[in-house]
Amino acid sequence: MNSLEQKLKDPKLCRSIVGRINEELDGELRFMEVCGTHTVSIFQSGVRSLLPDGIIHLSGPGCPVCVTHEREVAAFLDLAERKDVIVATFGDLMRVPGPNKRNLKAAQAEGARIKVVYSPFDAVNLAKEHPGDKVVFLGVGFETTAPTIAATIKIAQEAGVNNFLVLSFHKLVPPVMKVLVEDPELAVNAFMLPGHVCMVSGLEPYRFLADKHGIPAVVTGFEPVDILRSILTFIRMRNKGEAAVTNGYVRAVADGGNPKAQAIMNEVFEPCDALFRGMGSIPAAGLGIREAYGDFDAIRALGLTLPDVPPLAGCKCGDVLRGKIRPDECPLFKKVCTPANPVGPCMVSTEGSCAAYYKYQI
Amino acid sequence: MCLAVPMEIKSISNNVAQVEVGGVANEVRLELIDEEPKVGDFVIVHAGFALRRLDREEGLETIKLFEEGLNLELT
Ligand code: SF4
Repeated sequence: MNSLEQKLKDPKLCRSIVGRINEELDGELRFMEVCGTHTVSIFQSGVRSLLPDGIIHLSGPGCPVCVTHEREVAAFLDLAERKDVIVATFGDLMRVPGPNKRNLKAAQAEGARIKVVYSPFDAVNLAKEHPGDKVVFLGVGFETTAPTIAATIKIAQEAGVNNFLVLSFHKLVPPVMKVLVEDPELAVNAFMLPGHVCMVSGLEPYRFLADKHGIPAVVTGFEPVDILRSILTFIRMRNKGEAAVTNGYVRAVADGGNPKAQAIMNEVFEPCDALFRGMGSIPAAGLGIREAYGDFDAIRALGLTLPDVPPLAGCKCGDVLRGKIRPDECPLFKKVCTPANPVGPCMVSTEGSCAAYYKYQI
Repeated sequence: MCLAVPMEIKSISNNVAQVEVGGVANEVRLELIDEEPKVGDFVIVHAGFALRRLDREEGLETIKLFEEGLNLELT
């Protein structure tokens, strides 16, 4: 293993940062990470068990699978019923529960043509192989994923593949964070910003956290040293009475993000309102396909609508995603809801906070 | 699903790079990367596209400064 990776996991370095955290922490610090990969990493690396009791870790709405709304899942299932459609999707969506706990995996077992792909680009190849069908890619994800799908649409256009469609339910991180921080019940002192989302968007869209709300935020990588260092940064900023948005992941994130990815994303998509699981509709928090690329838009081409469906009974994912409760405070946690028999998406997705609590806690 | 992994570029042709990580080879597209990647660079890959070059020098330098800041007694 390369020395950079080794250093970023170095137990000695981690212990000395934890020592500093213990020394400098004054009172309680409640930080939230807004990225499913951080959730997993904080548990898996053992970082969480190293933290003093005064540091309270909450997982926010940063797992794209978890925030996919039940009406969106219902639309995926309706789509899978169509005889002339092949659904192409990332694997994580297969088990996300829709109405009556039905999911894509069940639809596939009953004969729906659903293909798991690793890249949206694979779906274009699938469309070429099936010229008589429409291949619809389920577009779910944040600013990290949206440019890959925008680029794929442009590639499909240039190659004249006209039976490739995208159902765009992409979501943007800053608008949902705006909703969180404007909640008068918010009890978060600091935000760990999603490293890979910021790799595309840069720091600018997050400045409002510090400037307007006085909450420090650090763009963070995914290794133990990255995570512990951000926590120490939060404590130091607070002790000095400062709040800023800083970049703790300079090896991968430029302050301005990736302008090329931003440009391609903005060329193909435009902001629209978006439904978040457990949180409802959030203004300008989604990405719809622009009219210029309307031929690739599954909503326009197939006349899709979002079915009205009831929320999952008893599931508290909405409160978990807003940091109002910890997963183990949900009455169904571990009793009715387990990874083998998940009630809500936060237990289905490997990046979901309920699944992380189940796997690594107690 | 947001997992973005660093992979090493082994060769490049026509906007597609052959990459490798831990002995696993893959193809990634280069339409989204904002700087010209070279063979030997590590790139962060998500959903089949390279999104950014990983700056290991920068990473090592940051760690060094940080260690100094913590006044670690290095053995
Ligand atoms: S434990 Fe299960 S039911 Fe409760 S919030 Fe998490 S996913 Fe939903």
